[in-house]
Amino acid sequence: MSDAVHPHGHDHSHGHHDDHHEEGSHGSFGSYMIGFGLSVILTAIPFWLVMSNVLGNPALTGVIIMAFAAVQVVVHMIYFLHMNTRIESGWSFMAMMLTIVLVVIVLSGSMWVMYHMNNNMMPHGDMNMSATHDMSDMQNMSEMP
Amino acid sequence: MSSTTATLEPRAYHLPEEPHLHEGHSTMLGFWMYLMSDCLIFAILFATYAVLGGNFAGGPGPKDLFDLPLIALNTAMLLFSSITYGFAMLAMEKNKVSATQGWLFITLLFGGAFLFIELYEFSHLIHEGAGPWRSAFLSAFFTLVGTHGLHVTFGSIWLITLMVQVAKKGLIPANKRRLMCLSMFWHFLDVIWIGVFTFVYLMGVLR
Repeated sequence: MSDAVHPHGHDHSHGHHDDHHEEGSHGSFGSYMIGFGLSVILTAIPFWLVMSNVLGNPALTGVIIMAFAAVQVVVHMIYFLHMNTRIESGWSFMAMMLTIVLVVIVLSGSMWVMYHMNNNMMPHGDMNMSATHDMSDMQNMSEMP
Repeated sequence: MSSTTATLEPRAYHLPEEPHLHEGHSTMLGFWMYLMSDCLIFAILFATYAVLGGNFAGGPGPKDLFDLPLIALNTAMLLFSSITYGFAMLAMEKNKVSATQGWLFITLLFGGAFLFIELYEFSHLIHEGAGPWRSAFLSAFFTLVGTHGLHVTFGSIWLITLMVQVAKKGLIPANKRRLMCLSMFWHFLDVIWIGVFTFVYLMGVLR
């Protein structure tokens, strides 16, 4: 994670990575097993949290499983896709960062706009109740003007 | 060369040295670009699901439909197929043809199991009257999860094709390059599945 988010400065400090920095490095048996182990843990915990409902708080559980998913994506990127800031002179990394920016804009923009449209266009009455219920996972956005 | 002397010789410009780029030098970057554009397709489908996922049209919702133990099994299948593909790549680096083929075949079995479970889930939903025509939620659900399943299907066909290629020609550089492209594709599909099982299934049951 640390060398994935800092394009500068870490390139020369990671000595143990320099031996396979040529394009298409594949990692080793050990790195695959680390990635697999982490993935199993990061998958099992969210399923357990939801299926057993130990926290008893859907909003909190939702935030936690989203955080687990984000971490697992990073784990897959590093250990399975061997993403770093050096392969292909950093162009793969640049393309990935651009994609992440676009994905965030598309997802957050769609949800934000449609939430406000639903709120403003919905006729008053009982339908409004169901609308606010459906969008309960986006309550953090409802405080915006 | 032809500086000021007005010769009628046609001008020719030569690079001081021809760039000696080996065959397929840019394949990995190009394939990565493709994966990133594919990622945008999935982002749009995720956004569609996020917008429409609450419109049940009086029909069944995620809590009524999703069977989490089945999804956990499906997730395990895809995760196992990821690690076995990784082992195939490690065998490929050591130029072990039979080990590579063996791991690829196991990957294919796990991928097939994933598809089988997904098709079972889909047919079960359709049998219950919760097909993609039932509500906007189910349309968005089938589009998103079905597109991912279609990717896994084509990845499996590609995997069979490459196994035939390796059987015929061995681990030549071109086949290694193809296997590395499919490796990225396969792991990428697992990354997308993380989003699917978290955002669609787990969040859906929580909601």
